[in-house]
Amino acid sequence: MIATFLQALVNGALAGAVLALPAVGFNTVYAVLRFPNFAVASLATIGAYAGWVVNTDLGWPAPASLLAAFVVAGSVGALADALCLKPLRPLGALVAAIGSVALDLVLQNAARFAFGNNPRGYDLMVFRNWRLGPIGIGPQEVEDAVLAVVAMAAVFLMLRATRIGKTMRAVADNATLAESKGIDPARVAWAANFVGLGLTGIGGMLVALDTSLDPLTGFRVLLSIFAAAVVGGLGSIPGAVAGAFVVGIGEEMSTLLIAPTYRTAMGFLAILIVLSFRPGGLIGERAI
Amino acid sequence: MLDYLVSLSVFAGLYGLLALGLNLVWGLGGMVNLGLAGLFAIGAYASALAELRLHLALPAAAILATLLAAGAGALLAVVTARLKGDYLAIVTLGFAEVIQLLAANEIWLTNGTDGLSAIPAPGRGQLSPFHFDIASTSAVWLAVILVSLLLWRLSQAPYGRALRAIREDETVAAVAGKRVLAFKVSAFAAGSAVMGLAGSLYAAYTGYVAPDSFDVLVTLLVVLALTAGGLGSMAGAVLGAILVVVLTEGTRFLGGLLPDLSALQVASLRQGMIGVFLLLLLRFRPEGILPERMRRHHLED
Repeated sequence: MIATFLQALVNGALAGAVLALPAVGFNTVYAVLRFPNFAVASLATIGAYAGWVVNTDLGWPAPASLLAAFVVAGSVGALADALCLKPLRPLGALVAAIGSVALDLVLQNAARFAFGNNPRGYDLMVFRNWRLGPIGIGPQEVEDAVLAVVAMAAVFLMLRATRIGKTMRAVADNATLAESKGIDPARVAWAANFVGLGLTGIGGMLVALDTSLDPLTGFRVLLSIFAAAVVGGLGSIPGAVAGAFVVGIGEEMSTLLIAPTYRTAMGFLAILIVLSFRPGGLIGERAI
Repeated sequence: MLDYLVSLSVFAGLYGLLALGLNLVWGLGGMVNLGLAGLFAIGAYASALAELRLHLALPAAAILATLLAAGAGALLAVVTARLKGDYLAIVTLGFAEVIQLLAANEIWLTNGTDGLSAIPAPGRGQLSPFHFDIASTSAVWLAVILVSLLLWRLSQAPYGRALRAIREDETVAAVAGKRVLAFKVSAFAAGSAVMGLAGSLYAAYTGYVAPDSFDVLVTLLVVLALTAGGLGSMAGAVLGAILVVVLTEGTRFLGGLLPDLSALQVASLRQGMIGVFLLLLLRFRPEGILPERMRRHHLED
């Protein structure tokens, strides 16, 4: 009993580390641009496909493939945003959000057009599970989690130490004040989109490594991404990390009680509970 | 060809009903509802199950489906009463996902991803397929006309004015003595009822319901219809629904024009184009073709 509980805890924490990437990406975009970008679903998928192409066609190892996932998802996302969503933002967060659902449909079908519906597999070594007493740990999951933590650490460092990171934080904190101090909002928007949606792309590839790669890979985790972002607090980056662990562990724990197919429904439940009792999320809104 | 057009007119009517329901909730009430596919699904499954398991006739099943969807909508409205805008969009989208998840996994009730088939409808089997389609489109469009008249009356009545006041500013409406929660929940429930009715008619017409039919694409098509027609206008909602069917079906010719593409590629192009249309519309004509007309009183400076 305790062993199954611990096993779920370990699996949940590993899943949470992976989920944290798209959640941090989603909240980075929300913090700076103040709207929920639903297109994170298809951008996660696009990142996963970019990594797959680099991995299987060029034969590069996982870290290089993840870099490709970051660059492609970040560029496509930032470009699509500038083209499609930026003109909608003056009409309000909701119009931009609905536009992002439409954009998601476009990008998802672009992936389907290019790669078809059949699931693809990465060309990576499969390792046997490690055993720690009664608990089994998959080396692949551990590697994914470690890579996720490294990517997040890089982003934290970027936000704290670099000039563009500081301007992003300034805009998130007070956009009007930041602009009056000479910070160019368009440049910050590009940076936030590139970094945030690039992270989402890495997250998408890690999710695909763990599950399967097809045009709906990202969409299947969309509810969990929302849940992590809302539970932690929309627009808060530390919140997204905390929220991802809460949701990852919660989803895994729920499989001890209910059918595993309903694990994503746990995310929805978490959203409802948090919004009902602590609408700002666990950490609070917009903190990067 | 005529058969095809008649069958399309049934779908146009069904989208019209969904757009009308969404118009009450979102257009008048200001509550975005990206979960309408879930309410549509509740109506469709409730009606199908009432016919198949309880052996009810379609009218009784439709009433049951309408009431169930209204109940689900009311519940969703109570739970989300304090949420606005983008938060509401996230929660309602999540709601539709959960409904789809339930439909796919509660196999004892819904037959899982295989779906429910052989759902009876009056006249199917007795009438020729063409006459059945004629009868269906008449029934669906009768419902569209009745619902739009009803909702139009409602929007002109004090109830509709209060709802619009809440949409514009909840606090002011509350200060003016309007019971905001009651208005929001009742509007959400009434709009959901219309979506449930659409679901019931859909199940009866196609004779088959499966979880796949209730994905986010349905929601997006209805949002597109409403945005095209003009948020807040009942005639606009119906016009927008017709436009959406013309748009989605009109891209069928693409397959013939691009013979080198696989069927899947053509399908993904067509689906992607729906997204492009919505983006263009939001960008260049967000108020729609028939914008809501409101009497505005201007103060002199």
